[in-house]
Amino acid sequence: MAKNITNKTLIDLHSCMVRIRRFEEEAGKLMEDGKIPGALHLYVGQEAVAAGVMAHLSNKDQITSTHRGHGHVIAKGGQFAPMFAELYGKSTGYCKGKGGSMHISNMALGILGANGIVGGGPPIAMGAAFSNKFRKTKQVAVTFFGDGASNEGSFHEAANMAALYQLPCVFVCENNGFGEYTRQTNHQAVTDVADRAAGYGMPGVVVDGMDVMAVYEAAEAAIKRARAGDGPTLLECKTYRYYDHVGVRGMGLTYRTDEEVDAWKQRDAINSFETLLVKQGVLTAKKIENVYARANDEIKEGVAFAESSPFPTAEDLLEDVYFVGAGS
Amino acid sequence: MSEALKDGPRMLPYVSAITEGVRQVLEEQDNAFVAGEDVGQAGSVFGYYQGLLAEFGDRRIVDTPISEKGIIGLGVGAAATGCRPIIDIMFMDFLGECMDEVANQMAKMRFMFGGGATLPVTVLTMAGAGMNLAAQHSQSWEAFLAHLPGVKVLMPSNAYDAKGMIIAAARDDNPVFVVMNKMSLAMQAEVPAEMYEVPIGKAAVVREGSAFSIFAMGRMVHEALAAAKTLESLGVDCEVVDVRSIQPFDSETAVASIKKTHRALVVHEAVRFGGFGGEIVAQLQEEAFDYLDAPIARVGAPFSPVPYSPALEKLYIPNAERIVAEVKKVLGI
Repeated sequence: MAKNITNKTLIDLHSCMVRIRRFEEEAGKLMEDGKIPGALHLYVGQEAVAAGVMAHLSNKDQITSTHRGHGHVIAKGGQFAPMFAELYGKSTGYCKGKGGSMHISNMALGILGANGIVGGGPPIAMGAAFSNKFRKTKQVAVTFFGDGASNEGSFHEAANMAALYQLPCVFVCENNGFGEYTRQTNHQAVTDVADRAAGYGMPGVVVDGMDVMAVYEAAEAAIKRARAGDGPTLLECKTYRYYDHVGVRGMGLTYRTDEEVDAWKQRDAINSFETLLVKQGVLTAKKIENVYARANDEIKEGVAFAESSPFPTAEDLLEDVYFVGAGS
Repeated sequence: MSEALKDGPRMLPYVSAITEGVRQVLEEQDNAFVAGEDVGQAGSVFGYYQGLLAEFGDRRIVDTPISEKGIIGLGVGAAATGCRPIIDIMFMDFLGECMDEVANQMAKMRFMFGGGATLPVTVLTMAGAGMNLAAQHSQSWEAFLAHLPGVKVLMPSNAYDAKGMIIAAARDDNPVFVVMNKMSLAMQAEVPAEMYEVPIGKAAVVREGSAFSIFAMGRMVHEALAAAKTLESLGVDCEVVDVRSIQPFDSETAVASIKKTHRALVVHEAVRFGGFGGEIVAQLQEEAFDYLDAPIARVGAPFSPVPYSPALEKLYIPNAERIVAEVKKVLGI
């Protein structure tokens, strides 16, 4: 366990992961029940990454997320009610129902969007980091992407430019072992995506993405480095998604076995962290129960809000395509 | 400069009008910067950023790697977070390298975020054939861009518009593409020294006429004017409309012209099939069908990549003769 870490931080990390887990489990059910339209890419299993990284960011720091973005939004401060409303396609959602799961965003929280395009985020985060440096702020931009996205040219161009300009940018690769349904060994010859950092002149770090403290500590170093003006880091977190690429459980998919999923679940980030925190006397079984109860209440309220909210109307359709009004 | 010339019109070539527009924007907007390939040390391969690196330094004139996805991404991310980037895509053809960043990120971000993001980013890029640069350095892709809700597209045909459109684009809080023409860089026009805007969404009637309307885009405006002169000698009084703003398109000016002349032709350098001219024709038949006395003619490049050989390229690019021939066909003369 890291030195100087307060009990409050430990409790916050735990509660962040639980909120993500419970939100995603519920969202998956609502999608299967046909209440949420479209496609959801759920984050269950990967919670330690979002929680461990975001613990070092303020609302002013920016992130770009992925199509599997709910966890990032929650960890960055997203509230359940406008999130559920967005998934329902309601006008009270974070994006007024215009973006949905794959584009959920909130600029006030520094979220430059989930992104439906694999590899869509890194160039944008690099641009935000350029802006931070240009405007001489101390903001940091973090881009989350997967092992799959690390094969997109956009990642490589962004990584090269971030290192070239020594930008306050952190590249967090959530290597969950699959690009959609294609196993990592079938989509890239490297085992560690972090090896690619050397090609751009930035440090590459590998951590156990199922260990929230490992992520927390590695992210702290990378974000501090970026904030100090010492340039970007590629932080690879080895993790796993319990659900399928889309939705909860696909039909007839043979790309992985139940045994493999179960083996990863044995290393579940939340379970192991709870065991640790109880052992250290930071949390009790009762307190843990309360964390789940609060998350469940938040879900109940959020879903009720979403269900009772109005859909956008025809007048909203052509709004927000362009900024309308006086320029600078 | 002599005293006599001081009072004369202030003529500038297109290339210098671009420089002046960019310089004045950088002076006006502290959060504006230029980023792109060879914009700094080289001053752009077309020369229009010459001197700006010395004037503004490398914080604001940023040489980038040859990485169009990164360059557009830089513009999108910086614009969303408080900067007003001027992004340079050296040749319009290179947009193929960053179509995702343009079409899926830049164009859609504001809408996808429910209005949460504002993207004051200007993209300057160079279109057009005529320099024997072959199929990948000569295209006119404005119709691609115009088809994307969320971006604006301007095509300055002359030095005055080039400067005024760059200023208007940079002051606009939306992504705006200024599609310039490499064959026009030496072309002179009167350009006021002070800052001014060419309004986005307004076409210009560059020659008034009563018998026939020619709607032209980019460099084709000059071919249209030459054609109008020839046609005048044949007794056909042509109006020439410089479309200028592709997205948004000024249908009002187009319809007003048709109501006067009742016959029209659209001309652009881009491939005729699926070109923006088709959109103009469609809008005119929707909005002014009763005023039309003949089908609207279209002149554009043939359905082939831009050829290299000077002999072929000359055949490829639309010109005044082809416009005249089409107008005569419509009029049966």
